[in-house]
Order: sequence, then structure tokens, then C-alpha cells
Amino acid sequence: MSAIAAAWKRLPWWVEPMTVVFVLTAFGLYSFAVIVLYQGQYEQYISPFFSFTATMELPGWVPGFITAPMLLLWIPLGFRATCYYYRKAYYRAFFWDPPACQSKAQQREPRSPENYNGERALFVLNNVHRYFFYASIFVVAFLWYEAFYTVFTPDGFQIAVGSLFWFVNIILVSAYTFSCHSFRHLIGGNMDCYSCNRGGNIRRKIYSGVSRLNENGGHARWAWLSLFSLLLTDIYLRFIAAGVIQDYVLIPFGG
Amino acid sequence: MSESTNGTNGTNGREDQSLAYAPVAGTEGAKRGTTKLKIFRGDAEGGEFVEYETDMIEGMVVLDAVLNIQAEQAPDLAVRWNCKAAHCGSCSAEVNGRPTLMCKQRVNEYEGEIRVQPMQAFPVIKDLVSDVSWNYEVSRSMTPFTTSQQAPFTMYEEDVERLYEPKSCIECFMCQDVCHVLRTHHKHPEFAGPRFFVRGQWLEMHPMDEANRLEYLKDGGGGIGYCNITKCCTEVCPVGIKITDNSIIPLKERVADEYYDPAKWLMRKIRGRKGSRNGSSNGG
Amino acid sequence: METNGTRENYEVREHDVLIIGAGGAGLRAAISAAERGFSVGIVTKSLLGKAHTVMAEGGIATALGNVDPEDGWRTHFMDTMKSGKFINNWRMAEIHAKESPDRVYELEQWGALFNRTPEGKISQRPFGGHTYRRLAHIGDRTGLEMIRTLQEKVLATDAEVFMETTVTKLLKKDGRVVGALAYTRESGKFIHFKAKAVVMATGGWGKIFKVTSNSWEGTGDGVILSYDVGAELVDMEMMQFHPTGMVWPPGVRGLLVTEGVRGEGGLLRNAEGRRYMEDYDPEKMELSTRDVVARANYTEVQAGRGSEHGGVYLDITHLGYEGIMKKLPTMYHQFKNLADIDISEEPMEVFPTVHYTMGGVKVDPETCASTVPGLFAAGEVAGGLHGANRLGGNSLSDLLVFGKRAGDGAMAYIEESTHSVDIDEADLQAELRRVLEPLEKKEEGESPYLLQQELQEVMMEHANMMRNEDSLKEGLGKVLGLKDRMEKISVPGSRLFNPGWHTAQDVRYLITISEIIVRTALERRERRGAQWRLDYDGPDEDLGKINFIVTRDAQGEVGIERREIEPMPGHLADLFEEAKV
Repeated sequence: MSAIAAAWKRLPWWVEPMTVVFVLTAFGLYSFAVIVLYQGQYEQYISPFFSFTATMELPGWVPGFITAPMLLLWIPLGFRATCYYYRKAYYRAFFWDPPACQSKAQQREPRSPENYNGERALFVLNNVHRYFFYASIFVVAFLWYEAFYTVFTPDGFQIAVGSLFWFVNIILVSAYTFSCHSFRHLIGGNMDCYSCNRGGNIRRKIYSGVSRLNENGGHARWAWLSLFSLLLTDIYLRFIAAGVIQDYVLIPFGG
Repeated sequence: MSESTNGTNGTNGREDQSLAYAPVAGTEGAKRGTTKLKIFRGDAEGGEFVEYETDMIEGMVVLDAVLNIQAEQAPDLAVRWNCKAAHCGSCSAEVNGRPTLMCKQRVNEYEGEIRVQPMQAFPVIKDLVSDVSWNYEVSRSMTPFTTSQQAPFTMYEEDVERLYEPKSCIECFMCQDVCHVLRTHHKHPEFAGPRFFVRGQWLEMHPMDEANRLEYLKDGGGGIGYCNITKCCTEVCPVGIKITDNSIIPLKERVADEYYDPAKWLMRKIRGRKGSRNGSSNGG
Repeated sequence: METNGTRENYEVREHDVLIIGAGGAGLRAAISAAERGFSVGIVTKSLLGKAHTVMAEGGIATALGNVDPEDGWRTHFMDTMKSGKFINNWRMAEIHAKESPDRVYELEQWGALFNRTPEGKISQRPFGGHTYRRLAHIGDRTGLEMIRTLQEKVLATDAEVFMETTVTKLLKKDGRVVGALAYTRESGKFIHFKAKAVVMATGGWGKIFKVTSNSWEGTGDGVILSYDVGAELVDMEMMQFHPTGMVWPPGVRGLLVTEGVRGEGGLLRNAEGRRYMEDYDPEKMELSTRDVVARANYTEVQAGRGSEHGGVYLDITHLGYEGIMKKLPTMYHQFKNLADIDISEEPMEVFPTVHYTMGGVKVDPETCASTVPGLFAAGEVAGGLHGANRLGGNSLSDLLVFGKRAGDGAMAYIEESTHSVDIDEADLQAELRRVLEPLEKKEEGESPYLLQQELQEVMMEHANMMRNEDSLKEGLGKVLGLKDRMEKISVPGSRLFNPGWHTAQDVRYLITISEIIVRTALERRERRGAQWRLDYDGPDEDLGKINFIVTRDAQGEVGIERREIEPMPGHLADLFEEAKV
């Protein structure tokens, strides 16, 4: 792994921001296409893009390009858009503020000093991150529910390959959500003395756990892995729905 | 216990008098050919890169090469250094466009050209030396540690262990140098820079500190909003402080508590500010 | 700004007290003075916070009794005296032991953070020669914590800091020191500091040796500036060799490996794998005093039982990676980065390195006043506290205790005197011309760098840990040869940040100190602490009762006087009697 990391570091400075641009754009286009054009459920599987809203019917007066998933998707979208990791990624990749740390990359920064405001002007709104975090807890709860729904269906208990996708996805999404910097702050980062306050010790322990999940690029890792797991889980659903592949049942109903 | 050290020495008596002539040779390392460095020579008015060639010695760091060149070829080559052990943070410069502690960076880790120049976020004085005095002005502008408690304090390891990291800062100012807010956008008067967010972190999180620096951090010269957490400071820190994750973001969150969170604002209006020194961020 | 067509320009700055040196002692003295409303100027050769104090790793020795409640100032006092082989100034040792706890708590009050005990107190670790666990520490970077705390405290006062400024001469009028002449390294501009009192806190002079843990700054400016104005120096023959300096690679040879490694249980072994400290001090083993361990390491290597690169092995692998990262993280990174060695997996190679200078300006224990009115000294540049060998951790507490006393002493002196601080223009101009001389020589002369290197090799060869008369005499001849060549130093370039010119100033200090050290080492014909004469068998009872005092005599040469040490008063002497019983 370290060899790969070292090789990655030796690449020209623009490779990393350009990769981020490509992956995030592709993901955005894919997810938009899916929620506008496709259904959210196939048998016991509910696409993580649809979650909760998969079977929801919108009233007739709503224009056609608005689909049910959009009622919910603003939460993960907002959560990721205001996330401290993704902020770094898009400031670097999309805004080139700066694109990389080397001096020659910094010289490419397009904004002049008087136009640079960092997170003081429009992006001051990123400070609402914590509210998206609160909302994300509901999304995570639904995704857990839907992961269990794939094994405890109304017809009985079953484990298929598809369930593994759903469980891996929700584990990664949970890791991403609960390694959040805002959560880390709210659970213990905002306290100066644990031993002086009631409940301080338990908060310190949770804080330490969140820190372990968050540190050494952990939050960034969960951000990417959960993004890919969302994508793969949805693609899996599309494939079995279209009959391209068969969902292989590991432990059949009642077994 | 008397002077137990005398007489019990295993080499007591008439040992070899030649011990009084300590060998000096043998402290040199094996020479491995030569190496070339391009070093910026000039001052505030401008300058150029000059190429020097010097002996390549096993385990040699960039500072060794620069000092050899200074001793043998360019006596007036200005370079700032002290401990030569990555403890003091004096010998910061840019090697191939990246802030580097010269005493820590092996020469043999570079393939191809080695270009050494002074830090660019500060005014150049001469050659590799830049004027970092602005940092000390920022330091002066920050409220120092303030407490009404009397030492010795009773503080527990679990409350202070997260402060060891920001406390290990050696003030090399490379995070200041690599920060585009300073380096590209020259926000020096309004922005304190990563080094002082690291200091702000331990001050704000110290169980005994009672001052409140959030106003300073937001508007009073701290300018933490200018930081767009792009993490270059964390990448260059020679002592491995996770500046963005552990110093800047926690402070941004504390500033958000105070200025950008309507629910917290409402709660403060209803319940009043917590007065206890041990409370959350507001209490210090 | 004063200008005159034929004269050199200089700036004039006036302060109540001028502090030369911004290490622990200088900053602590500055805080004392500034907090009482005096105008303070601090001059430092480096940037603020880079002084050698930052290199102190192990901790601050102070009898808090947090870990071993039996500890107290009496034991600390006795440990200090025993380690100094009783030629220390007993009053300084007493003050130091009694006041250091308050100075440490004061640091905590100012925001310093130390590792904690389970009870929430300052934790203390064992160290060589200390009877109890005594060193307040934060990992292995206590010096950094200390200097940063003092630095931030100073920056919160009105004290003015002149960074990267070198003092070239102390100015004297009517027998009193009334300021100094200095130049800024950045621009080469001169400054005449007018001050009612001067506190000297410039640290040591390890740079007279080639293999040293000291940075370029350790050139002993303060001791020679003081000597030049007539101050008495004491114990100059006593140079401490730290037992464990790095050996490999060559660029870091001499770099300190903290005594904390042995404090945390590190074992010394020779190439045969034997824990040879059994042969030298079976009782205290690796935690014997520094002079003993350093000689043991030296002897093992000279006897052919050394490691690959001419050192001995120091093994801390039993702590494991986790333990090392908690207790000795700096050491881990130092070896990993600089030597490619993972100290959690393999032993370190170490060899003695020049570390500390016990001797220095002789001061009054109560006020830190030197023998010249208006001149005070504290920290490593002052002598007396440590005698023939310093205990690990006593230097940091020394800085705090006597830094404060020097600041207080200078204030008391200023309050009761109303002397003028003006200086004759001609004297200033003469000094300016002397300082500028190396830059103005047209013909090619001696290189200051090469002269410094030659001196370092001479001192390594002839005035090392083990000394004898023949070798010392040979060394003296070589040093005097260098002294003659010193006049011919010339450097190219301008006054703008010109390290060659700066080195030309340093070389004068280094050569003068070397001469003093060799001459006093010739006088002390015995084995005592750091002074180990191979041509004498052991300690000499008579020499144990005297200090060698050095002053500049009427001819400008090194004058050496044997001075009786005042006997210890009853309340201190009784401590040793009681311990015997």
C-alpha cells in the first residue's frame, strides 16, 4: 500500500485534483440520471439513492422532473457538500484554491488576493454542517432498516449476495457519518475538562472513538469508500432488475 | 554513600596514557561522489540560482550540503539554523518548491535537481534567510494563557493528553509558508495562520484556561474563516501535527457554536452562558 | 541615529536592563524585570524560541515529591553536591534545591503542560544520579515546553526583543557595566545599548569541540564578554561530556540522545553484548552520574569493544513501539529520520558528546551579581552550582531559579544606583572598527570557518574526557598558534547577513575560552568529576577544597588563582553526617 501511496505522490500535482473532478462529476451525473429515470425498488432491495421514498407517490401537480428521492437526497447531498473533507476536495479540485501544495501549483490559483474570501463570504454557509449531520442520522437509520429488510423480508429470512452489498454500504456510510468532524466536536471536542463534568467520562470515550475513526485521513477514506459503495449497491440493483446477473442466494428462505 | 565513583572504575590505575590523545579522524563518513545544489543567492532586490557542487557524504542532509558549501565555497551564504536535529525549527526553506526542514531532509532522497530557496510567504532578507518576524507579532496579539486558579493544578492525563500534540509545535513556520492564504493571497494582517490556530487549540482546550479567543479567531486578526481547510499545512508539518483535523476544524466548530448556530444561540439566550471554567468552549 | 562623516553610524537604544541571551535563564530574568515595570531589552543571536534550551529533553529536576513523597530539597541538595564532587557553591545548590519547585509550579501557572500522575499531579521520572524520581517532564521535549512558555510570557510583556543580534562588547564606565555594543545579523547595523544593568545569559561553549550536542550558537560569547570587562570565572576546566550522543550518520554525530532513554530503562551494551556498567558502577548501573557513564562508554570503545561505527549500544526495545511513542517520541523520530533506525526494533549506537559547561562567570548566589558591578549572570554561562559534574535535569531548574534571581538582583541594583550610562564616542568607534576589520581586509587572510574547525580538532584531541599534562601542553601550543592566526581573519561579502563575518566574531570567543580551559585543566592535577587526569590516580584532598578562579590579568593574559571554598555551614554539613549514620 505504501508503495502505491509513494507512486501516487510522485505523479504530477494536477493528477489528484483532476481525478477528484472526474469521479465527483461522474457520480453526480449517474445519481441524477438514476433518480429521475429509474425505479427505486426491486424485490426486497431498495436502492440507497431512494431509501424511504422508494414507494412514495408524489401528488399530481408536482412537475415530472421532481421525483420522490429528491425529498430526501438533499440531506446526504448537503451533508457531503458541507463536509470538512469534501470541502477540501472541491476547493482544491473545482476551485483550484489551491489545486495542490507545491509552489508552482499555488501559483496557478486563479483568484486574486482581493477576490479570495475563503469561507468568509458565500462559503460561510458551510458552517451549517452540523445540522446536516443531525439530519443524516435519520438517513443512516433508514439505510440500516433497509439493509435488514433485505434479509428479514415479509416472506421470511434470507441471505443473498445482494444483502452483503447493502450491509457493506450501510457500514461504510455509518463510518463516514460518525467520523464527522462536527460530531467529533459536539460529542466531546467542545469540552475542556471531562473529569470536571458529569457524564464527561463517557463523552470522552465516545470522543476518542470518533477521533480514531476520523484521524489519519479516516474521514476522507470513509467519504470515498461510502461513495463507491453507494454507487456499486445501486448498480447491483440495476443489474439484477435488468436480469444482467442473478442475485445468488447464500442462505435461502427459512434456512 | 561517599564518592563511589572514584576507584571503582574498571580501568583504575596506570591505563594507557594515549587515551589522552583522542582520535579525531574516523568521524568522517564515506564520500559517495559529489552532489549538485542550486541555491538562491540574492536579497530583497532580487537574485538568481547559483549551482554548487559539493562532496556527497553518507546520510547527508540538505543542511549539511549547504553548510559545506558555505565553509568551502561561499563564506557569505546566508542560512539560518540552530540545533540541526529537527527540534528547533530554524532551518526552514523551500526545496523544489516544497517547504522543508533542511536538517531533516536527506539529499539522496531527491532524484535530479535540488533547488533550495527561502520561504516565499515572508520577505527575503538574503539567500536562504527570510524575515519571519511577523509571526512573533501575531503571537503577541493573541491572549496568552489566563487562569484564576493557583498552580499546582490538579489535572488528569485524560483531560490534557490531546494538548500534547499542539504543544509539540517547533515554530518552523513552514505551515505559514505553505498556506495559500498567506503565500498567495497575502492576508497577513487579517489572518493568523496555521501555527497560531495550533496555539489557539491548546489554549482554548486547556482545562484551566479562562480566556475566550473566539472573537479574535473569527474577526480580531485570527481570520479563521479565510482558511478553506485544504490541508497543505498538515502535509508539511515536520513534527506531524494534524493541524487541519485537530486544530483548525475544532476551532472552526467552536466559532460556529458561538456565531453560526441558531440553536446554540437560542439556548444561550434562554439558559445564559455557562460560567463554569470547566464548561464547554465558551467558558475557555 | 547619530551620524558623522568619518564615523560609523549606530543606533542608540536605552533600557533599564539589557538581557543578553534568550534561553531559559534570559527569558526568566526578563519576566522578573518586565513584570515589575522596568524597561527590558533582550538580545538574542537567533530567533526567539530557538535557544539551546529547546534541546533539553529529559526534564526539570525538582524535588516536588509527587511520585516519591520521601523526596525533598535536602536530598536534592545532597545529590547535587555529591555529583559536583563538593567543589560546587553549596549556597547555590541549597537555593536551587529549595526554590526549584516554586519555579516549576510558576511555569505551570503560565500554561506549561507536564505529564501527569494518576492523581493529577506533575509526573516525575528517574534520572542519573538522582536518588528519587524527580524530573518533571513532558515526553522528551521538556525544553521546548519550557522555552515556549517563557517566550509567550515575555511576548505578553512590554519587553523588547532584538532577534538575531550579536553583542560584541560590554561597555564599562567608572567600573560599572553600563551597556553593550551589538550589531544586527540581518543588516549589519550597529546598536549601542545603554542599560543600567546587564544580565548575561548566553549559555555554554560546546562549540570549541568538534563532536558536541551544542548548536552553532554555543560559542561562549557571554563568558568572554564578561572576562574582558574583568569578571571572575570559576571551574572553567569542567566540561561535561554527555554519555550518549548519536554516532551515525556523520552529519548528526554528537547529536544528543536524551538521558531519558536510560531513565526509562534503556540498557548499555558493548559489542560483546555485555552490560558493562556492572564494571563501573554496579549499584546505579546505567543511571550513574554522567561523568561515570561517559567514561565507561569511552573506555569500552577505546578497548576495542565498540560498535560498527565506534560507539556502544543503547537498547530501549523492551518499551516497544507504543511505549516509545508515549515516552520518547522525539528520539523515535530522530533516529528514524536521521539514521534510518527504528529504535523499537534495534539498539541505538551512542558515544559521549560534549554537552555542558559547568564552569563560567562567578556569581553571588543570592543576586547572581558577577564580580563586576552592573553585570549579572545566570544559566549555563554562570558557574558554581554544578561543580565538577552536573546532574541531568539540574540545568533547566538552574535556568529558572537563577534566571529569576538574576532579574531580581539586577532590579535591586538599578533601584539603588543613579549612575550615568553614557560612553565616550572614541571608545565606541574603536570597537566598531575592530568588529568591521575582517570585512575590510583587502588581502586574502585566514578563513574563520577553517580556523574554527582546526580549533575544534585540537580540543578534541588534547582536551577531551581523558587528559594528561603532555597532551594538554601540546594542545595549548596549538591553541596559542591559532590565537596568533586569528588576527589575520578576513571575510568576503557585505555586512548584510554574512555568516562568515559572524563566525569571525565567534572564533575569538572560542579560542580564548579554549586557552582558559586548557590552562585550568593543567592546573587541576587530579581526577574529579569531569576533569580526569590520567597522570594522577584519584581525587586530591587539597584540590577538593579549592576552585580555580580565572581573571584577565594586567597584561591581558589568563590569570589563574586557587581559591579556598568556604566550608559548608552546620545545617548543610549535618545533612551529610546524618546520611552517614
